[in-house]
Amino acid sequence: MATIRIPTPLRPYTAGQAEVPVAGPTVGEVLGHLTTQYPNLKQHLYTEAGGLRAFVNVFVNDEDIRHLQGAETPVQEQDRLMIIPSIAGGAPLSER
Amino acid sequence: MLTVPPELLQALESHGVASYPNEGAGLLLGTADGDGRKTVVDILPLANRWEADEQYHRFLLTDQDWLYGEIEAGQRGLELIGCFHSHPDHPAEPSEFDRNAAIPNFVYIITSVDKAQVTVSRAWLLKEDHSALEEEKIQVEQ
Repeated sequence: MATIRIPTPLRPYTAGQAEVPVAGPTVGEVLGHLTTQYPNLKQHLYTEAGGLRAFVNVFVNDEDIRHLQGAETPVQEQDRLMIIPSIAGGAPLSER
Repeated sequence: MLTVPPELLQALESHGVASYPNEGAGLLLGTADGDGRKTVVDILPLANRWEADEQYHRFLLTDQDWLYGEIEAGQRGLELIGCFHSHPDHPAEPSEFDRNAAIPNFVYIITSVDKAQVTVSRAWLLKEDHSALEEEKIQVEQ
């Protein structure tokens, strides 16, 4: 079964687990099953509009899914997925 | 409550000053107990990866920076507990952009650097519903 690695700040929502076994033929379905199993995780991965949050990066075997087929990226039995955040922010917009 | 040794607070603030007029940023390594108390044990000042001409009001640490922080933390028996960044000529308060980009259970230290001088550093944590960041008291001690 494939697994997905959860970053430390999100582990409280997966019962403390760092690696969670996951099922699904695509990344989108894997994440759907993950957030069904752990519903409190969903709002931290997805916006209210239903898309992945901008700084949530998902990898399949070290490849960013943005460089693959996105949510349609196929997932195989032995694949290792990872959720790795970027960190961003900044001061209010000001004119220069 | 966030405990920060004085020399580390000074170091992260200095990184903000050195980055001025752009935003400086880095990672916080430390420990977290089950009651929400976090202690900074080390910092990792990093390069701001946002597009150069927007760094005066934006910072980015990439997924590779995150992995680097996790590896460094793991090697030292610590956790990646948060990050720090500066606001050049702006208050040490989270902006709407900060809120939209924030991660839960992750401390954000923001340092106001006004005309290349540190004004104040304040710490913030994202609320569960992502509606705002709430201030965490910084206790400066070893």
